[in-house]
Amino acid sequence: MNRVLEPLRARPLLAFALLAALLAALPFLVGAGLGNSWVRVLDFALLYVLLAIGLNIVVGYAGLLDLGYIAFYALGAYLYAWLASPHFGLHLPFWAVLPIGAAFAGLFGVLLGAPTLRLRGDYLAIVTLGFGEIIRIFMNNLNAPFNLTNGPQGMNLIDPVKLGGLSFGKTLHFHGLTLPSTYLYYYLFLAFTLLAMFVALRLRDSRIGRAWAAIREDEIAAAAMGINTRDMKLLAFAMGATFGGLAGGLFAAFQGFISPESFTLWESILVLCMIVLGGMGNIPGVILGAVLLTVIPEALRYIGDLQRATLGHVVVDPSDLRMLLFGTALVAMMLFRPAGLLPSRQRKREFAAEDGVAAQEQSSLYDTKA
Amino acid sequence: MTAPLLSVHGLKIAYGGIHAVRGIDFEVARGELVCLIGANGAGKSSTLKGLMGLVPHGGAIHFDGELPRHAATHAIVARGLALVPEGRGIFGRLTVAENLDMGAYIRADKPGIRADLARAYDLFPRLAERRAQLAGTLSGGEQQMLAIARAMMGRPRLLLLDEPSMGLAPLMVRKIYETIATIADEGVTILLVEQNAHLALKVSHRAYVMESGTITLSGPSAELANDLRVRAAYLGE
Repeated sequence: MNRVLEPLRARPLLAFALLAALLAALPFLVGAGLGNSWVRVLDFALLYVLLAIGLNIVVGYAGLLDLGYIAFYALGAYLYAWLASPHFGLHLPFWAVLPIGAAFAGLFGVLLGAPTLRLRGDYLAIVTLGFGEIIRIFMNNLNAPFNLTNGPQGMNLIDPVKLGGLSFGKTLHFHGLTLPSTYLYYYLFLAFTLLAMFVALRLRDSRIGRAWAAIREDEIAAAAMGINTRDMKLLAFAMGATFGGLAGGLFAAFQGFISPESFTLWESILVLCMIVLGGMGNIPGVILGAVLLTVIPEALRYIGDLQRATLGHVVVDPSDLRMLLFGTALVAMMLFRPAGLLPSRQRKREFAAEDGVAAQEQSSLYDTKA
Repeated sequence: MTAPLLSVHGLKIAYGGIHAVRGIDFEVARGELVCLIGANGAGKSSTLKGLMGLVPHGGAIHFDGELPRHAATHAIVARGLALVPEGRGIFGRLTVAENLDMGAYIRADKPGIRADLARAYDLFPRLAERRAQLAGTLSGGEQQMLAIARAMMGRPRLLLLDEPSMGLAPLMVRKIYETIATIADEGVTILLVEQNAHLALKVSHRAYVMESGTITLSGPSAELANDLRVRAAYLGE
């Protein structure tokens, strides 16, 4: 693996060009090889990457364990549906709805953050988990007295993304090139994912990112450095929620239909698993985790077909297998790569360096006069 | 005599119904090294936390004018107070260099920060050797050095040290105290909280003795070190 990558490392421009070409050609390759349904899987993978990058800001950067993250995804999706579907008869354009949805989710991020400022670790996890469930249950029940969310039936006929004259909901024929809707959304989601990556990387290296790292490590010491810990924690919640809301809006437009079922606690845990498995705090790791945990369950569906073909009926339900596999993968990861598949520089060193500490402790004891 | 840099009147700190600090008065003059000694649970650390706005408190604190009652910690730091917390509070998963960099968080003068960083490495050569290493992998004494160096990076006008000898081997404690003396000689004002009365009285100019949330004795350290009551209670004689 390294032997293949080494020449590319020496030529970053070439590596970049190859990667760009691969990303551009990916829907065609996947569509030709595996069919259009797999391009749809790719689209979902990108949405999850977006979600994982957002949650990574809260959990990976600032160290605030959030188990209700999917609520922001839900808020973004519902806001999109309210402003661009027959439900209220509103059909605002995509470029207007999406930022409003992201800001709306960001506002709720602050609303969640404000009362939980004094909480850490387990306590914060419980409160955020409750928050996620509250939002989902509200969406489930706000069909009366005033029909806001259409309850468990969900909202449908949500407007697809339209840019200029181009509707992403229809197949595009362009100079003999046929681009189905899933392909178009792939490029749209890819653009947003790249933007999110860029923002997340810049944030990490900024003054704000350093403040988050300090808060994650030791909140009292961070305050003693002159960091406004209250504002910085609220900002982390707001930034993470904004990414979630953005992904939610894209999801609503892509799917055309949303219901509370899409926003269960399981989804929050799945996104958290993605960043833990991939490598918390590290953007490439987070992306890898999100892609793996979206693609592998889809691939597992073939196991059902395989059983039907060989045994005549399905013995083990692939969706049961999915949970088993997730569990096994996480346990294996904790045993063999405790910092994640692609850990951040810091976490890698942390897990590698422990052996040397005792020796150093000894040596530093006896040469203090040096 | 000019007005003291820090003066505290009637400082009270309570945790629920427990009164940790029961209305104490003390002051620190510019350039002084003052220590606050006392047994475990006397209210020494609470006093420092109160000064930093980390716990709610009553009474008046004057540091460059009166501190507002509910001033946030970051605002107090911006006024020039710095705390080396009990248990050091280093950022374990950041490198030594990144820790020092965090110490200068409130500053924007890049050349000044660079100069101070060089000075910190000068003062603690051990940290220079380990600058790329994760702070959590340092030994206890090195972590204490890092915590002090990090606090100095903010160029504080008053440095608060909370139990710098805690949990360290005797040789390392001596090394840390040599450094504290060096920093004080350079003109940095220091308020030192310490259980180890012997060391604290040796290095400081003046001392306050705290007992169950009140100050029972105060005076020049050399005098207190010879005070029979102090010798009996804190110096084990």
